[in-house]
Amino acid sequence: MQEQSDAARFEQAVLPHLDAAFNLARWLTRNDADAEDVVQEGFLRALRFFGGFRGGDARAWLLTIVRNACYTWLRRNRVSELATPFDEEEHSGESDDPETELLEGADREILRQALEALPVEFREVVILRELEGLSYKKIAGIADVPVGTVMSRLARGRKRLRLSLISRPEGGRK
Amino acid sequence: MSCEGMKTLIQGYVDGELDLLGNLRAEEHLKDCAVCARDLRNHQALRVALGGGSLYFSAPATLRGRIRSAVRAASNPEPRRGSSSWRWMAVAASFALVAIAVGSFVLLRSRPSKDELLAQEIVAGHVRSMMAGHLTDVASTDQHTVKPWFDGRLDFAPPVEDLAPRGFPLVGGRLDYAGSRPVAALVYQRRQHVINLFVWPSADESDARNRMVVRQGYNLIHWSRAGMVYWAVSDLNLNELQEFAEKLQNSTSRP
Repeated sequence: MQEQSDAARFEQAVLPHLDAAFNLARWLTRNDADAEDVVQEGFLRALRFFGGFRGGDARAWLLTIVRNACYTWLRRNRVSELATPFDEEEHSGESDDPETELLEGADREILRQALEALPVEFREVVILRELEGLSYKKIAGIADVPVGTVMSRLARGRKRLRLSLISRPEGGRK
Repeated sequence: MSCEGMKTLIQGYVDGELDLLGNLRAEEHLKDCAVCARDLRNHQALRVALGGGSLYFSAPATLRGRIRSAVRAASNPEPRRGSSSWRWMAVAASFALVAIAVGSFVLLRSRPSKDELLAQEIVAGHVRSMMAGHLTDVASTDQHTVKPWFDGRLDFAPPVEDLAPRGFPLVGGRLDYAGSRPVAALVYQRRQHVINLFVWPSADESDARNRMVVRQGYNLIHWSRAGMVYWAVSDLNLNELQEFAEKLQNSTSRP
């Protein structure tokens, strides 16, 4: 009886956030098949923990669980990625107007490559902020880091993105 | 404030995460400093490039089905009668929602068309309106102030309805641009959520029923009626946004 109502509640509250879960997992695993497996695993974990979910933001709650499932997968399958150092290249000049043009002209493929090249802990904050539209506080909760860390990762991730978008070969223009 | 100070504020400014004082200080500095203003433009250009929706990976429909079966198998429901019938209604309602979601997904997949491009533009328009402190050109809760304001600014007269009695107060209106033409943007509110309603004349006169889309965490509903195209976008949950669309349609049933 209790279980039945929980399952219905779960489908209603959590299943609508499947796209958000898949988008995050797809960006963290960088391929479709693994993202699907990780998301399914995440949903089953979420179902087990659902008794402890007391309302609130179901999307952030689900994303926390799916992110953990992604990291479990990364530790098993892509452990080298978790240890990638983030070398700060210095932006040569100040930002300029040609940069604005290049950023505006970047097509999907160029953007995808630039995002995928970000180390995973920077990639995830950029995805959660830019694609999922979450607040710093929510992202901090999901990634289990202080808000200040979210801000600095976002700043460095964006800087790296801008750098790789403006230094791309001219052939990448739309 | 120095440019160094601005460097620590600019992320928060771009993301709308500064408090009032921080915002004022940032705007003060941006007014006077061309270098930081250019940096801001580049930050915004990056946000717009990333936020177009083309980078969002929607879940495949097969995965949705797989997860639903897995969830049901794991919770092993037993059929019940009588008092729990409302639960079945809840389950049925959630299936219906999923069916609608899958339906609109399939629809969009098969036509990565005009509607998909429009959805991206509408979300970008919504985000811009929230970001740039430019939500309304005419701030008024009075439909008789907002409607005439569009006279002479657009080549059509958008229907303007205040839905305050129905729980969605009108906040104002502004000019915007979507689908390669100037459009009316009407701004409504539900609790702390803002709803942007974009309106313009449709190319053909045919009416179209509600279609729902989710892009970057925003919910969108669009329809056409009596020669006008409507796109509603908000971070409000889909149920309440649907309620908004229905209330609007009921109050603008006349041409």
